[in-house]
Amino acid sequence: MLAATIEGIGLLGPGLNGWTEGRQVLMGDIAHASSATEFPVATSLPPSERRRASRATKLVLAVGLEASAAAGLDASSLATVFASSGGDGYNCHEICQMLASNDRQLSPTRFHNSVHNAPAGYWSIASGSMAPSSVICAHDASFGAGLLEAMSQVTTTGERCLLIAYDTDYPQPIRVVRPVPDAFGIALVLNRRVAGSGNRALATIELQLTHSASESLGDPSLENLRRAIPAARGLPILEAITGEAPRTVVIDYLDDIALSITVTP
Amino acid sequence: MKPLILSASTLTTCLGRGLDNTLEALHAQESGLVPCHFETVDLATHVGQVAGLDEVVIDDTLSIYDCRNHRLAFLGLLQDGFIEAVQAAARRHGADRIGVFIGTSTSGILETELAYRHRDPTTGALPASFNYPTTHSPFSVAEFVRKLLKLSGPVSTASAACASSAKVFASAQRMIEAGLIDAAVVGGVDSLCLTTLYGFNSLELIAKGPCRPFDALRDGISIGEGAAFALLESISGPTHNDAILLLGVGESSDAHHMSSPRPDGLGARMAMEAALHAGNATPDRVGYINFHGTATPSNDAAEGNAVASLFGSKTPGSSSKGATGHTLGAAGAIEAIIATMSIRHKFIPAGVNTSVVDPAIAVDYVIENRPANVDLALSNSFGFGGTNCSLLFGHAVGTR
Repeated sequence: MLAATIEGIGLLGPGLNGWTEGRQVLMGDIAHASSATEFPVATSLPPSERRRASRATKLVLAVGLEASAAAGLDASSLATVFASSGGDGYNCHEICQMLASNDRQLSPTRFHNSVHNAPAGYWSIASGSMAPSSVICAHDASFGAGLLEAMSQVTTTGERCLLIAYDTDYPQPIRVVRPVPDAFGIALVLNRRVAGSGNRALATIELQLTHSASESLGDPSLENLRRAIPAARGLPILEAITGEAPRTVVIDYLDDIALSITVTP
Repeated sequence: MKPLILSASTLTTCLGRGLDNTLEALHAQESGLVPCHFETVDLATHVGQVAGLDEVVIDDTLSIYDCRNHRLAFLGLLQDGFIEAVQAAARRHGADRIGVFIGTSTSGILETELAYRHRDPTTGALPASFNYPTTHSPFSVAEFVRKLLKLSGPVSTASAACASSAKVFASAQRMIEAGLIDAAVVGGVDSLCLTTLYGFNSLELIAKGPCRPFDALRDGISIGEGAAFALLESISGPTHNDAILLLGVGESSDAHHMSSPRPDGLGARMAMEAALHAGNATPDRVGYINFHGTATPSNDAAEGNAVASLFGSKTPGSSSKGATGHTLGAAGAIEAIIATMSIRHKFIPAGVNTSVVDPAIAVDYVIENRPANVDLALSNSFGFGGTNCSLLFGHAVGTR
């Protein structure tokens, strides 16, 4: 069993603009509107980089900074785990299109932005963090893989870790084979659970691997979102945090393993 | 950190298949780099291409994973009795107590590149035969390895550019120490594709001839491909004196630039220091450093600064990339295993292709093989996005 406290949350996705609003949507106080994800301006990047920033980079900065600010922490102090399904689909599309043409001269920026850890690199530059960063991908299992990585880090290093699970949509024609429809991200500041640390935390989570079936969300619109975007597989944890009492939720991970998470708000 | 035992390892690159062929090539100071005739690539450069991938056949049950990258993974796993070693470990620990963590930068992206050449002229659709989730998706290589090895524990791909398959050692170490698993298959697989060849060319980082790490006249990288795997297990009870242990892992970020390192090498130095700290080791005990050594002017200068500032100029080191090319996401695992070979076979493997070591870099860059009793060996991996990882290995006997 792995355990951690959650000290800050960031959330951005279709109809979910930040944790303050998203919390009310998950509690059912506000109806979920399935509108397109709205990106805030990435003011933490230098202007030259800001204009060129990809959707993935803007998403990562938005949720990561929201979570670290909510925890009252300087983002530069945090080790990070980035988890996403498969990188920047738009950039990949442009590269593959050029490589299939008669002119294969890629732009240097497009190439260095093609690495899966590009958003992690921009995060490090924007936040000034020289702390370690792990960049994990596990297709539809990416949220669970990122959570395992982050919680094992917190457990073994005793240091806080910022998990940023995110996905962005794919353009056609890749959309057909990877039908991720929009951008979505969850960021969690995780800390080691120690006696007396509960005051600061929004919740404590305990994680175990399980073969039980994962749970759906009650709201059909949120459930659609959970199923459509890998990073949104973490939404049941956030929903449980909005409750009053401890609750165990089973979230999707691999085909043959799910994650049982006991959430104590 | 709690050390782990490296109970099996294997590597396949342009130098050959498996440990013995690699050792022979290292002893002979060979380079596997040849002029590039890969696919339809029209660049004047050298590559480290693995021979025979077209003939590799992935079994029917896993044929949906068939692509150059995963063939390379399969070919790599077939060497050195690695599959048998993993099966024996699964009997000891349980298949669900062994994790799989694989590093790759581009996975099977070549399949997508080829699919884009065959889009439907009217609709723009990709060919029906193209299977993104099992070939290009970065996770597919880790999923393929896990299925092939019949393991059922946690699995993920690490994709942090050229540090990817060093960082999987760190992930595995933490998950074992946290008690989630007892053992892990870690590794790296990356294969030639147009994205990296034309991409590095666009950055003007490709060498015209075979790459020359740390040479005064170095002019960029040669891209290679390869696969390497290791089985890491928690230590219970006494170990063989000749066993190799993973003693330390260290990681950092540069917070500087997407595609060039901090000139002072501070991020690199922090990763090396963290690895030494994790292994309770002092710099003077390190007998060999496998440099990241890509052979670009700025990378080698920055790494040289970092190494000189931490170790001084006396610790011998070399880059494997003159021999294998830069295998990108596979480089971390390949070079980690070469570092363990320096301990096991008591020699400093020379950096090949380098004729005049850059006098501006104050390190002992070795260009002729040297016999040596290597107590501890350090392997460096640094990637785009400013991500750094160092791994520290040593003999079980030396650490008591």
